Amino acid sequence: MRRFSKIAAVVVVGAMALSGCGSSSGGGDGKSSASNDVCKTAKGDGPKVGVAYDVGGRGDQSFNDSAYRGLTQATKDLNATCIEAKATTSDNDTTRAERLRTLAEGGYNPVIAIGYLYSPAAAKVAAEMPDTNFAVVDGYSTTLPKTPLKNLNDLVFAANEGSYLVGVAAALKTKAKHVGFVGGVPGAVIGPFEAGYEAGVKSVDPSIKIDVTYLTQDQTDAQTAYENPAGGKDAASAMYEKGADVVFHAAGKSGLGVFQAAAAAGEGKWAIGVDSDQYLTAPKDQQPHILTSALKRVDTAVYDEIKTFADKSLKPGFTNYNLKSDGVGYATSGGFVDDIKSKIEAAADKIKSGEIVVPSDPKKVK
Amino acid sequence: MSLVKRVGLALAAPVLAFVVAGIVASLVLSITGDDVGGFWDVMFTWPAHRNIVSILNTTALLYLSGVAAAIGFRMNLFNIGVEGQYKIAGFAAAAFAGEAWLPGKLNTVAAIIVAMVVGALWAGIAGVLRVTRGVSEVISTIMLNAIAGSVITYIIFKIGVNNGNATNTKAMPEGTRVGTINLFKDSPTELYGLSLLAVVVGVGFWVLLNRTRFGFDLRAAGASESAAIASGVNVKKMIVIAMLLSGAVAGLVGLPTMFSDSFAYGSSFQTGLGFTGIAVALLGRNNPIGIAFGALIFAFLSEQATLLNILAGISPDIVSVTQGVIVLAVVIAYEVVRRYRVRLEQSEVAAQLADQSRATPQTEGVAS
Repeated sequence: MRRFSKIAAVVVVGAMALSGCGSSSGGGDGKSSASNDVCKTAKGDGPKVGVAYDVGGRGDQSFNDSAYRGLTQATKDLNATCIEAKATTSDNDTTRAERLRTLAEGGYNPVIAIGYLYSPAAAKVAAEMPDTNFAVVDGYSTTLPKTPLKNLNDLVFAANEGSYLVGVAAALKTKAKHVGFVGGVPGAVIGPFEAGYEAGVKSVDPSIKIDVTYLTQDQTDAQTAYENPAGGKDAASAMYEKGADVVFHAAGKSGLGVFQAAAAAGEGKWAIGVDSDQYLTAPKDQQPHILTSALKRVDTAVYDEIKTFADKSLKPGFTNYNLKSDGVGYATSGGFVDDIKSKIEAAADKIKSGEIVVPSDPKKVK
Repeated sequence: MSLVKRVGLALAAPVLAFVVAGIVASLVLSITGDDVGGFWDVMFTWPAHRNIVSILNTTALLYLSGVAAAIGFRMNLFNIGVEGQYKIAGFAAAAFAGEAWLPGKLNTVAAIIVAMVVGALWAGIAGVLRVTRGVSEVISTIMLNAIAGSVITYIIFKIGVNNGNATNTKAMPEGTRVGTINLFKDSPTELYGLSLLAVVVGVGFWVLLNRTRFGFDLRAAGASESAAIASGVNVKKMIVIAMLLSGAVAGLVGLPTMFSDSFAYGSSFQTGLGFTGIAVALLGRNNPIGIAFGALIFAFLSEQATLLNILAGISPDIVSVTQGVIVLAVVIAYEVVRRYRVRLEQSEVAAQLADQSRATPQTEGVAS
């Protein structure tokens, strides 16, 4: 029996450790966002939209919350009603497919999946249910079926272009000639953020030092990558201590830790947000440190998807959101980049005209 | 003790545990202001055919993971590293199968062997460290979990292929894939062919434990290391072999999904099964049949999590809470029932002795 109680002890300790991780990342405004949930109150006769969130979920103040804003907009302008489903870190393609299937079966149409991980699941379920439209934000689902499906589309972003602009801002603001980047996990999703940022920084001054840290190397470990504010804080703190004075993050909810680190590092230390305009959701003490944010207009994409569905102009396949179509960009809230705005705009114009081609692979940054 | 009483006592612990878990889950739901009625509504609705298939698939994965953990537990080894072992083994198998060095099903069999060998070696590192340097396997396996993730990433960026936003190993050729079994005509989900590995492993585990000398030594060494040494068991050798076996079984965990559904290792590879397996082994009391029930219950709850989320608006985290409470409740309930049984036996023996002494008072009188 002693053996058994020893096992029990190990499990209890393990459970506490795990729940500890959970609570540190699950904090934030989880409660408040749940209580003003638009899907619980929306009563329209427009499209019934099903949304399946990515890991991190509502309350990440970044990627998923941006999708939620698009959804909210649709309930106001298009009389849409909606339902939301949450991802877990132990999902596989079958559980993701089941989530989409349950949404579609409940009569929700279109079904919008947030995050590229849904791509195989969406391709599978779209073939089973030809009467429901499926869309995957950041997805590659339309490349998977052997014959193209009419009810499937991917909403993709030129994240490297927005990142280039905040890179320019970082380079113009750094006094130490030393900046940083905190990413969730290396690969095809976060790589373009890093590449664009580095290219933007180097376009201003190639001698600026850029520290790069990824929270995990393991691409199956979404928890450590995107639900890990403590890890984000550690990574950014280390950069500030080593002398960097601007840190850009592309790590979902983990980025909230980067802002904490910037506020703790004090005067003259900046952080740059991602996806949403994170100045608007940051606490008062962190706001003076949020220089700008690299916007990825997931809200626009979600809203457009619902709108084109409602007026029956939805086209299957890839929909690209880039700087030219206002799908990516940078935020000006707080007014910290007002003095350098003309230079950022000049860079933006060059990207729009094609004069600058922003790399999307960090290895190809010159 | 009568038969009825004995069966009743055996069932008391699990029933007690589930009642407690149900009450705690309801309490948590009412505190968070969720729909308690909706929760039980979904829980007691018989799952649709496609959900039954998914539950069975998940059961198979959790069973393999549970057995992998249980092999170590039986030997008093806490192999926390099933998570890393099945990941790196799954990756190795996918990379091997993707290269298609061998034709058709021969490739499949070879990939399965690769998975078992890699899983065994990864776990074996912890075993060897334990017997040669005295490093606790709890620490080393946790470390190896983290290392496995980094090793995989390093290699996958060298040999993998980009598919949209995911970097995967090369997809395995058609002939190497394993078919699925269609249990219900109207179900879009089908049983993974390699889910049947769980049955093979279960039978093998039972035979190994109960019908072989090795199994006896394993249980003996787990119960008391010093007694096992005294009776001539080479405990060091047992530790290494147990870790190797545990790792080999762990290596199978990722295969059913991979060979029948995803056909490659990539970012959509399911994680967390190794940790859940520990809970499943605990729930099943390291017993081959018990683990099957534990796996089934956990699979059922995970499947319901999706439905609860959409149909009743309840966060999937509640299901994790319920799973955790079940494990705790089972541990406590077994202890409570055990103590009750001991007391029951004691009072029965005492009653018998009292009867005997009453029946033969003369002899006692003479003796004293």
